Amino acid sequence: MIRINNLHKSYTTGQNKLHVLKGLDFNIKEGELVSIMGSSGSGKSTLLNIVGILDNYDQGDYYLDNMLIRDMSEKKAALLRNKYIGFVFQSFNLISFKNAMENVALPLYYQKMSRKKRNIKAMEYLEKMGLTEWANHMPNELSGGQKQRVAIARALITQPKIILADEPTGALDTTTSYEVMSLFKEINQLGITVIIVTHENDIAERTDKIIRLKDGIIESVNGKKIAHKTENSLAYV
Amino acid sequence: MFDIDRWQEIYAALKSNKLRTFLTAFGVFWGIFMLIIMLGSGKGLENSVFEDMGDFATNTAFIWARRTTIPYEGYPRGRRYNFTNDDMKALKDNISEIDVLAPRLQGWGAGDGENNVTRGLKTGAFTIQGDYPEMNKIDPNKIVNGRFINYKDIEQSRKVCVIGSRVKEVLFEENEEPIGKYIRIKGVYFQVVGLIEPVSNINFGGEKEQTIFLPFTALQKAYNFGNEVHYFSVTAKENVPVSVVDEKCKAIIRERHHIHPDDKQAVGGFNLEEEFAKMKGLFTGISVLIWIVGTGTLMAGVIGVSNIMLIIVKERTKEIGVQRAIGATPYKIISQIILESVVLTALAGYIGLVIGVGLIELINYLLVSSGSEGDFFRHPSVDFNVAISALIILIISGALAGLIPAQRAIRIKPIDALRDE
Repeated sequence: MIRINNLHKSYTTGQNKLHVLKGLDFNIKEGELVSIMGSSGSGKSTLLNIVGILDNYDQGDYYLDNMLIRDMSEKKAALLRNKYIGFVFQSFNLISFKNAMENVALPLYYQKMSRKKRNIKAMEYLEKMGLTEWANHMPNELSGGQKQRVAIARALITQPKIILADEPTGALDTTTSYEVMSLFKEINQLGITVIIVTHENDIAERTDKIIRLKDGIIESVNGKKIAHKTENSLAYV
Repeated sequence: MFDIDRWQEIYAALKSNKLRTFLTAFGVFWGIFMLIIMLGSGKGLENSVFEDMGDFATNTAFIWARRTTIPYEGYPRGRRYNFTNDDMKALKDNISEIDVLAPRLQGWGAGDGENNVTRGLKTGAFTIQGDYPEMNKIDPNKIVNGRFINYKDIEQSRKVCVIGSRVKEVLFEENEEPIGKYIRIKGVYFQVVGLIEPVSNINFGGEKEQTIFLPFTALQKAYNFGNEVHYFSVTAKENVPVSVVDEKCKAIIRERHHIHPDDKQAVGGFNLEEEFAKMKGLFTGISVLIWIVGTGTLMAGVIGVSNIMLIIVKERTKEIGVQRAIGATPYKIISQIILESVVLTALAGYIGLVIGVGLIELINYLLVSSGSEGDFFRHPSVDFNVAISALIILIISGALAGLIPAQRAIRIKPIDALRDE
């Protein structure tokens, strides 16, 4: 589903060039439940953005569903995001002036589905999340867990191939966090690839595969250290 | 297609800070309001001038005799001369561009002091003029009753007269019918054949309300004016500038009266067309000024909108980021921002337009109903085309106001938008 070869990314701020991702290689198969871990500054958010087609990369290849993703126009990127990827954010990012149902229906609005149709569909997904009676509530009337479930429903409504979750439990208490995690597991069992970025070990442990990042390179996958050729190592050859 | 989600978003964006939205809208409102008020007032000033002219032929020139200033053909300078009946014929015969030529004899003025007209026990001092029927083509009067002077009157030098409304008030009882009655002018009886009211406010020699018009020939003969003509009013045929006719007339007059061809001073003249053109130019200038100032004010309002849209975009960075993450295309974002800007400007502008036009109409209504239609301000109005073009300017400027903020909005990378936590 996702193939990444020798991925590099650096940011330029003023005169400083910050090399964030220094050559990543990994694959994620369809239907996997993967977590990406790392301390802040390890490049995990950057990686997520690239995977989510929210950002470009400098070097290497990124294949999504065997499609090379590179130098996309904003319009094409928007269409691909809409079709393939569902996003779940730490701070939920619901639209404040739309009620729960309208928030869930929003991605379908961008697919130009009629209002009636997409609202029916949104209700379906809210029902799956157990939020039927909250459909007409505004986001500020919902609890954190409810908000995140609305956000998940919104991510699922386009029937994406991949769910990208950026610290989805970061703003939730432990009990709610576990509830959300079991929700992700259920989604995963439907065959949807789920990638969760987190720094919480107990969350990561609930996934099938843990990719650990450190300083822009992959430190380990499922605890197995990955050997890297560094500039220093050349000296030993 | 009516897209409820778009309007929901616009409503939410504008509602989020009501005071700010109001103040921004007020800038645009004020701009268009002032533009409309100024245009209406400009029109009011213009009307007061041009309505005064009534139906007065605007392509008229007047010429009269003065003293010569250059000695010529043995005559000294400073010589007096008079226009004559023969001049009239010569002008008509030699200048094909003349449309109407009306000679006038200025009898006595109302301001001469002595009462020159009597009827029974009633007396009054009025302006007495000798006219040709043509005069009514140059400066038409409203004929209330009877008729104006005709050619039969001229040919036979009939002792008839046409009187102004004020003359009737002074010499006749309130309900008395003046037509057919006789009045005595400087000792000679004239029969009243017409009663007129002035249309234009342009007066030569005296106010037309208190003028008595006699047949030109009758005035000449009854009071020993010989063949004297005091001045000529002349209009040009269509598509001929009256200045051409004016010059030709003066040239012929100079030739006929032994005046040096370069003696500009000897023949006095006044060209209404020139004055009219100057007036037109003045009002064109005023309206250009109004448009410059008005659109300037409007621009200030529109820039205000643009500014606020920038802030709105900044505030909604995150929201826009989310929308883009879940599949909103750049076009969708741009069109949304521009639409918001257009809605804000158009709505505020429309209200300004309506209130501005309303106020103009109210002023007009008050002026008319109070009967105090001033000499300087009359029938202020804004014509429909101007209102429509103002509205189009508004919508275009609203779109322009939204353009920069919209571009700013799509330059935001979704990641940057979502990162600020």
